[in-house]
Amino acid sequence: MPSLKDLKNRIGSVKNTRKITKAMQMVAAAKLRRAQEAAEAARPFAERMTAVMSALASGVGTGEGAPKLLAGNGRDQVHLLVVMTSERGLCGGFNSSIVKLARSRAAELVAAGKTVKILTVGKKGREQLKRDWSSAFVGHVDLSEVKRVGYVNAQAIAREVMAAFEAGEADVVTIFYNRFQSVISQIPTMQQVIPAKFEATGTTALYDYEPSEEAILADLLPRGVATQIFTALLENGASEQGARMSAMDNATRNAGDMINKLTIQYNRSRQAAITKELIEIISGAEAL
Amino acid sequence: MASTVQFDLVSPERRLASYPATEVQIPGAMGDMTVMEGHAPTITALRPGLLKVVGADGTRAYVVTGGFAEISATGISVLAEQAVPLDEMTPAKMDALVSDACEAAAVHSDKDTADKAVADIYAMRATAGI
Repeated sequence: MPSLKDLKNRIGSVKNTRKITKAMQMVAAAKLRRAQEAAEAARPFAERMTAVMSALASGVGTGEGAPKLLAGNGRDQVHLLVVMTSERGLCGGFNSSIVKLARSRAAELVAAGKTVKILTVGKKGREQLKRDWSSAFVGHVDLSEVKRVGYVNAQAIAREVMAAFEAGEADVVTIFYNRFQSVISQIPTMQQVIPAKFEATGTTALYDYEPSEEAILADLLPRGVATQIFTALLENGASEQGARMSAMDNATRNAGDMINKLTIQYNRSRQAAITKELIEIISGAEAL
Repeated sequence: MASTVQFDLVSPERRLASYPATEVQIPGAMGDMTVMEGHAPTITALRPGLLKVVGADGTRAYVVTGGFAEISATGISVLAEQAVPLDEMTPAKMDALVSDACEAAAVHSDKDTADKAVADIYAMRATAGI
């Protein structure tokens, strides 16, 4: 049975924790709004890009002479998984859910006899994957110094990935991130970026192409990879803040419940002490 | 009132401009072209250069470093990798673009393409007068 003083200290410390989680929740809410705006602002570019590229891709096809980024290099042996997670913790299941998806995919590939390589973006995912996949690590992109994820960051990652592809060190590249659905729901997503995959668009608009279709496509594909990675980074950013917000909301509520429980316990034991003293006095008086 | 086309300029990070324009001059990969209402639908790659937009309130110019433009009879959308309004362009920013291009050219596998990109940047710098 903890003493009254212990209980009082305990209540004080939980109250402090609640203040911190509350503040973190509010910070996350503000950051979430900014992240969502950034994701929103980037959407027109990505949408146009995909639309034009899928129109071009269906026109050019994946036959002989098609760009390698579209058709692949004819092999399917080495898979590069780009796992995007956050740099900071305290965001609920955000990182675990991405890592879980990546892990199951990696296990699947290994079972199928493929080679798996992992490029991690963000510290938290690397820490979680280190235990059983550290031998597959080929690199790490550190974004902890980056305040706002820009297109430049995405380009840097894209360059690294494409260099690996061109050097024949990777045949298929897949990115893992959390797609932002709402504050309480983020969907872990895996998306193949190389070779590029497009949903077949039935209607190919009649455009003149300058220079040729193939030349434009070859020019666009690397940008398409960067754009996809950029979109994923932004979605991930919004998801992270959303996850943190709901995790901190839960934490704040739990702290409140705990304070209530501890307060009841405190009052009870205080009452018990008073009653005990009274009984002692009364029985002492009766004994006389 | 001259007829107009809807002009959109988008970069990966945000939409930079969106308004009706009477004519748009774009630095296409195969040469400059001017787009007015009723242009044949075209998709063209861009080279680094100046994008000039004649709108209701005068001409505005943007420095673009590449990307592509999608032209239809009623609108033109330019998807630029980097785009900066000419008024906000400073010599320092221009120097950064030039050095970026030179760096990219140094590691580029195809020498002709790389040299052309650098030459385009220098040409753009001369046209912009910065």
